[in-house]
Amino acid sequence: MTSQVAAVDRVPMPGMKVYNLKLGMWVFLLSEVMFFTGLIGSYVILRFAHPEHFVEPGEVLNVPLTAFNTFVLICSSVTMVKAFAAIQHGDQQGLKRWLVATIILGAFFVGVQIFEYSLLTGEGFVPMADAYSPLGRGVHEGPVIGGPLYGATFYTMTGFHGAHVSIGVLCMCFTLWRASKGAYTAVSHGGVEIMGLYWHFVDLVWIMLFTIVYLI
Amino acid sequence: MESEAQVKHPPYMFIWGVLFVFTVGEVFFAFMDIPKVFIVVGLLIMAVWKALLVALYYMHLKFEPKRMWVLAAVPLPLIAILFLFVLNENF
Repeated sequence: MTSQVAAVDRVPMPGMKVYNLKLGMWVFLLSEVMFFTGLIGSYVILRFAHPEHFVEPGEVLNVPLTAFNTFVLICSSVTMVKAFAAIQHGDQQGLKRWLVATIILGAFFVGVQIFEYSLLTGEGFVPMADAYSPLGRGVHEGPVIGGPLYGATFYTMTGFHGAHVSIGVLCMCFTLWRASKGAYTAVSHGGVEIMGLYWHFVDLVWIMLFTIVYLI
Repeated sequence: MESEAQVKHPPYMFIWGVLFVFTVGEVFFAFMDIPKVFIVVGLLIMAVWKALLVALYYMHLKFEPKRMWVLAAVPLPLIAILFLFVLNENF
């Protein structure tokens, strides 16, 4: 009886045949697809229209470091599905263990991104248009790399993605706190599934960004 | 009817291995000494393939009702329109 009451949050609704929380998250994520498409589309058209502002990604960006960071984010997706699989079987300890692993990996990803930003800005790859002048010198002390469009588009795309990862880590902490209170069971774990959808979407977006921004 | 405890999971670790191999493959492929157009097309195919694996198996889209597939496909024509019109500006 308890399990039937607890499972109410995951009752499939007529129409889409999925429960409301999941449907809402999917609709939100699809709006996010358009958001990131707008950013990537802007980058593509600016790169086509003003190639003089851009340099080959491997010349400026640290591809090996970011490839490693991509691997970290992929690993965090695995730990997230493991957390979901654990609670599907009613394994509370497994859920908490895998959520902690996901939080650590997500926070590590953000840390590496901040480290990368510090390296890039130190080398003159800056996001501010004011740093550029016809002489190639401006607010930044040393010579700047590329044109202002490159820095602006790069930091906008990766920055927004980093913000999404950071928000995801915070939400994951909330999910972990709820898990520690025993809020999720084998039949009632909608919150974990919703959190997982968001997290995998963030991974999916990074897979595209890594290819388009760092490799092409 | 299959209960929650009997749920069969997709091969998560196998998918992880495939994603890892493709990521390493992408990095090597990006710096190969071949025409840029082949590199771009190859990288995009690998990236889309990786994204599909994540959506289908980690986001469990493969196991959702077909109506969810339709919902998930809604942005695709919009993305195509956006890119086609945007790129058209350059040619």
